[in-house]
Amino acid sequence: MNRILHGRLTGLAVLGAIIAVLPVFLTNNFYLDVAILAGFNAVVCVGLNLLIGYAGQISLGHAGFFGIGAYASGVLVGVYGWPPIAALLAGAVFVGVLAFAVAKPILRLKGHYLAMATLGIGIIVSIVLRTESGLTGGPDGMMVEPFKIFGVELYGEKIWYWVVGVLLFVVVWLSLNLIDSPMGRALRAVHGSEVAAEVVGVDTARFKVMVFVLSAVFASVAGSLFAHYAGLITPAKADFFKSIELVTMVVFGGMASTFGAVVGAVVLTLLPQALTVFQDYQQIVLGAILMATMVFMPKGLLPTLAGFLPSRRRA
Amino acid sequence: MTMLTAQKPSSDAAPAARRAGPPLLRVENLSREFGGVLAIGDLSFTVAAGDIHSIIGPNGAGKTTLFNLVTGVYKPSGGRVLFDGADVSGQAPYKLAARGMSRSFQNLQIFFNMTALENVMVGRHLHLDTRLLPALFRFPSLVRKDSEARDRAAQLMADVGLSRYVGADADSMPYGALKRLEIARALASEPKMLLLDEPAAGLNATESREIDAVIKKVAASGVTIILVEHDMKMVMGISDHITALNHGRKLAEGTPAEVAANPDVIAAYLGAAP
Repeated sequence: MNRILHGRLTGLAVLGAIIAVLPVFLTNNFYLDVAILAGFNAVVCVGLNLLIGYAGQISLGHAGFFGIGAYASGVLVGVYGWPPIAALLAGAVFVGVLAFAVAKPILRLKGHYLAMATLGIGIIVSIVLRTESGLTGGPDGMMVEPFKIFGVELYGEKIWYWVVGVLLFVVVWLSLNLIDSPMGRALRAVHGSEVAAEVVGVDTARFKVMVFVLSAVFASVAGSLFAHYAGLITPAKADFFKSIELVTMVVFGGMASTFGAVVGAVVLTLLPQALTVFQDYQQIVLGAILMATMVFMPKGLLPTLAGFLPSRRRA
Repeated sequence: MTMLTAQKPSSDAAPAARRAGPPLLRVENLSREFGGVLAIGDLSFTVAAGDIHSIIGPNGAGKTTLFNLVTGVYKPSGGRVLFDGADVSGQAPYKLAARGMSRSFQNLQIFFNMTALENVMVGRHLHLDTRLLPALFRFPSLVRKDSEARDRAAQLMADVGLSRYVGADADSMPYGALKRLEIARALASEPKMLLLDEPAAGLNATESREIDAVIKKVAASGVTIILVEHDMKMVMGISDHITALNHGRKLAEGTPAEVAANPDVIAAYLGAAP
């Protein structure tokens, strides 16, 4: 009882402290850049974990939602001159509606149909981004203008570090709140036993759709902000391999663990930087990590480590 | 037990008076086939409000199929199910739950990814704020009701004799405790009718007696109970009414004494003389 409350506040405090102190050690812009990328991935993974880890549904197209958010910002701001915040919101609403339209008919079915459908979405998004070169710049990508709000322009790694840090903190806070609520329990119940959830009144299809839409919107918002930060976006950010990378981060870090998703995202963002020798074999290494995780620690990194602690507190 | 007995004041009525209650559940010409095999055929019976009504029959008689039809897990091939005066045939289980129906399962359906207490709290789903925005931002009203639900779930666990598992993870609990956890979860939804599918299966004699006592207490609180159970001592001891099935059809019905004396029932269980 108190354990959950206790765990939530402790975890948030630790996360906040790490975000606050980390810049001291990030002595140049390259380190800051890696931290920012890890933060963006973590935001997407926390949302994706709500879907995969808690509700037990699989999406193989979340990079597509990230990409739609990114390109919505790129195109609406760059080509049509929208204010960045309006473009971000428009992208999020569009992604929400798209996710709803796809999930509504599919999630009435049992089984892994959502995985197949999201796989399709991801591929379609990626194809559209590559071929609609008039708007998107095609395979070479497009430049994106800096994020401006109330006349202030967000520019440079130092400022973006704090933007992403605050965003991650808020997203983790929202995720922890959701999980420890009636809706959060309903989501976990869907994962535990759909039929048992139904007979105590949980409209399982509705909750599956809601969490899918929510996680897609998280990805879209992260995509929009990433586009402004990076200044250049390419279809590679929205393709199938990126989706698999996101799923791997969630599974590796620990399914059904919000902080696990953050750890997974951070570790797998840092890994390619640390192991540059694997540059050409990145997908193979990723696949190997996914397999090894499933075989040796099916609960994921953080829950497995937590299991070694005497008090077994849940992250 | 305070909560169970506090639920409905009419619980003190004598069994004889309870029999006179209007039917809470009416099953009319219900049938269900699986690929041409008739699991339930042209079955009709009623369950009086407040009764403990048992469904008995040999293995494969269609008892669990009947439960799945009544609770909406399966859709009937024909016939109707009327609950509390409304035709609910083929309605989804979550809609039937909102109408006041809940159940346990023969093969455990526990949320093993949650704590025991959270399992029971899911049972409070219909009585809580399950919207997204209040959950994301922890509205004070949601937090308050959630903490009430927590207390209530703990009380229900105590009622079924699971006090010492309140803090436990569901996947660390023994089988007998999980059977009772399912009952606590079903009760948390405050059902008018509770369907129990073999609640005593796999339990030892002591646990079986405990379940027996729990069922009686729940019934005494005014909840109508439909029971599928192979433990005939338990069935004969606590039932107000029994419907016997064989090969998906009704074989006999009546009071425990009437059904126990019915030659067709004896033949179905022991094998008929040629």
